[in-house]
Amino acid sequence: MIAGISIYEILTLTSVLFFIGIYGFFTRDNLITVLMAVELILNAAAVNFVIINTYLYPDLIQGAVYSIFIIALAAAETALAIAIIINLYRIIYSVEVKDTETMKY
Amino acid sequence: METIIFYILAALTIIFSVASVTSRKILRAVIYLLFVLICISGIYFLVNYNFLAAIQLTVYGGGIIVLFIFAVMLIHHVELELEKTALKKKLIAGLLSAAGLAVTLWAIYTFPFQETNTYTSIEVADIGRILLSYEDGGFILPFEVISVLLVAVMIGAIVIAKGKKLTENN
Repeated sequence: MIAGISIYEILTLTSVLFFIGIYGFFTRDNLITVLMAVELILNAAAVNFVIINTYLYPDLIQGAVYSIFIIALAAAETALAIAIIINLYRIIYSVEVKDTETMKY
Repeated sequence: METIIFYILAALTIIFSVASVTSRKILRAVIYLLFVLICISGIYFLVNYNFLAAIQLTVYGGGIIVLFIFAVMLIHHVELELEKTALKKKLIAGLLSAAGLAVTLWAIYTFPFQETNTYTSIEVADIGRILLSYEDGGFILPFEVISVLLVAVMIGAIVIAKGKKLTENN
């Protein structure tokens, strides 16, 4: 735990980060920037796992393990999504959300 | 001292994340996201989870940001500006997120957390032991599942990014 900082302040920080991510997810029109907003959301969740583990259950380490899984999933998701976006750009020459209308044909 | 560092990190995180979702130059938005990720790894260092902080710096700061920059360079001109978002959309999204934030903060501040005051740090050896343990509370099955998932994602990303060339040849 951090000396002089209560769990409420850190949870406030992660909630603000999470909802900034939600705001970006709603307002952005470009697929890459939408993906960046998703990264912010995932990061806030990972910090929450670690903070709740270290403040409430300091003798367990499950929270850290879950954070590692979240980071691995985020890396996998980003790699796959960027591959899809690059392929999409080859086909329709655009990465705007409004231009991606059909699934395959 | 740690209090001051935490507040600086928190302020930088929020400022850069707002800049990252509102900046109209896409490469700058990626760099602001990098600063956010570095500040969060600073928070991991503050709570003494050194292994997670290192993972955060290498996987996010090293890997994911490079992927983003790579995609931006392939797809856009560096100086390209994104379209302006409509004001109505901004207002609705801002109101919705503010309402969600208010509900979440209300839930957090009314919940009585039982804080403990023991000061611990997690060793890398403990994380490795619990990841490979098959007894109660061990994580061997999710560990195997996530390794299979990473292999599947790697192959899938290669096949998708290769596009037509790979499928036409066979």
